[in-house]
Amino acid sequence: MAMLEVKNLSISFGGLRAVDDFHVTIENGCLYGLIGPNGAGKTTVFNLLTGVYKPDEGIITLDGTNITGKKTIEINRCGIARTFQNIRLFKELTVLENVKVGLHNHNYYGTLTGILRLPKYFRVEKQMNEEAMELLKVFDLADEADILAANLPYGKQRKLEIARALATKPKLLLLDEPAAGMNPNETQELMDTIRFVRKHFEMTILLIEHDMKLVSGICEELTVLNFGRVLCQGKTSDVLNNPEVIKAYLGE
Amino acid sequence: MKKTVRSNLITMGLVVAAYIIVQILIGTGNISSLMKGLLVPLCIYAILAVSLNLTVGILGELSLGHAGFMCIGAFSSAFFSKCMNMFVPGMPGGLRFFLAILIGAAAAGIFGILIGIPVLRLKGDYLAIVTLAFGEIIKNLINILYLGIDENGVHFSFKSSLDLHMEDSDKIIINGAMGITGTPNNSNFTIGVILLLITLFIVLNLVHSRDGRAIMAIRDNTIAAESVGIPVTKYKMMAFSISAALAGVAGVLYAHNLSTLTALPKNFGYNMSIMILVFVVLGGMGNIRGSMIAAVVLTLLPELLRGVVSDYRMLIYAIILIVMMLFNWAPACIEWRKKITATVKSKLSKNKTAKEV
Repeated sequence: MAMLEVKNLSISFGGLRAVDDFHVTIENGCLYGLIGPNGAGKTTVFNLLTGVYKPDEGIITLDGTNITGKKTIEINRCGIARTFQNIRLFKELTVLENVKVGLHNHNYYGTLTGILRLPKYFRVEKQMNEEAMELLKVFDLADEADILAANLPYGKQRKLEIARALATKPKLLLLDEPAAGMNPNETQELMDTIRFVRKHFEMTILLIEHDMKLVSGICEELTVLNFGRVLCQGKTSDVLNNPEVIKAYLGE
Repeated sequence: MKKTVRSNLITMGLVVAAYIIVQILIGTGNISSLMKGLLVPLCIYAILAVSLNLTVGILGELSLGHAGFMCIGAFSSAFFSKCMNMFVPGMPGGLRFFLAILIGAAAAGIFGILIGIPVLRLKGDYLAIVTLAFGEIIKNLINILYLGIDENGVHFSFKSSLDLHMEDSDKIIINGAMGITGTPNNSNFTIGVILLLITLFIVLNLVHSRDGRAIMAIRDNTIAAESVGIPVTKYKMMAFSISAALAGVAGVLYAHNLSTLTALPKNFGYNMSIMILVFVVLGGMGNIRGSMIAAVVLTLLPELLRGVVSDYRMLIYAIILIVMMLFNWAPACIEWRKKITATVKSKLSKNKTAKEV
């Protein structure tokens, strides 16, 4: 069964039809790319998938459950986690705490337990620390665990955002321009990280990206958006050689 | 982890140390009666500053109605104490005061939730203005509230004491602008310090728990917090109502420190709210210990200046306020302070190694 199935997804802002009849099917374990010119509606699609916007029409099915019109929090609990185009970390919290906020819904103790420091508090906190450190090790951030997130270098902030998203234990990970603002070396490293995440966590990943080297390097399938509509869909090599895509996005 | 525990212990230790010093001073008779009178207000302001820091510093919402919650705590608890005095005269004072504290905190907390429902939908300046309005509404409503109890039950009116239609006018408990008179004086410095310690315990432990992290995550980035599944409304409400309840506790202390309790602009108006906000801003938003120290310093300062330069007291107070703000928060000053602490530290460590050799 497909991990994500989207049919006939549309939304308008005033007179502008930002996303029109968007459809996509992403198989379990696939690394899927969403590309297109600026303003094509890629991030709007992400916002629709994560419940930031409610679609005017269409059905979104995640792993067999209909999640159309649900709230962001519920959708996260159903199994979609995301990163943002402009990094949105909890800047005044440490790197470790950022990941622990991601673990929030998987490790529970009550408010009173926290205030009175009952034994359960120490047990759960210890477990959260261990889980968070494990994730940070995967992203090579373990040494920076006690640094404020705002003080991390840019590339590491991007990584931390992915780590935080993974802490919510999603089934589907949405990455919004993960390589934006990175130099070629950092991009190369990011590609390895994404590949590793997919293998290690058996994750289905949908990413938006402008860096064609990254897209052609790691994405197995692509959807090209243009003016809110699907221009082309299919295997990466086929899509990138499609004359329409070349004309609308890649340039001749 | 260990660092936060140590920092919390230092904060609590400061309070205990201050308490011991003051007790020694009282014991040796080295403290003026003016200062003695200031001891309970010091605790009240410290509690208010710590509790407001939960809303302003930890939750990141600017609230200007904190005095309103204090007002609710004060009047609900004074009402309770006076009722108990009238109808259950045999009740031990300690138990009555303990229950009064719980009632004051609960009443303020409930109002925190009620006011939080509309207010927390707003952000930034709008939230500040609406909390300001609610604070004033609370104060003004209590100012015209008449409430009495007799054999027929509870009477209340917003017009005048005559409208209560009471048989025995002695049983009027809240008498409009005259407020409540004859509240038992249960507050003292020891209880104030204990309540301050409890407040610190609650706030510090909350901040360093799962819920506190969620609250700070909302402060830093609401959209990202939602995207990782943090229920934003729930945690905003939690922080706001706990903050209100603790302000209510300060109100209880206040009410039981005076024999006459009235809702004046001076004690429960926006002036008071802004004064508490000054404590928080000066001490550092999100810095619990700092706001407590700021509250104590800024309350003592005008009184200490009274003896030295009584004519220019408030002028000097304002200048000191500005200088302290610069010293604490101007980037150049922060740099300079870092340099100083670094050199002191390196000298200390050199001394240490020299001794070891």
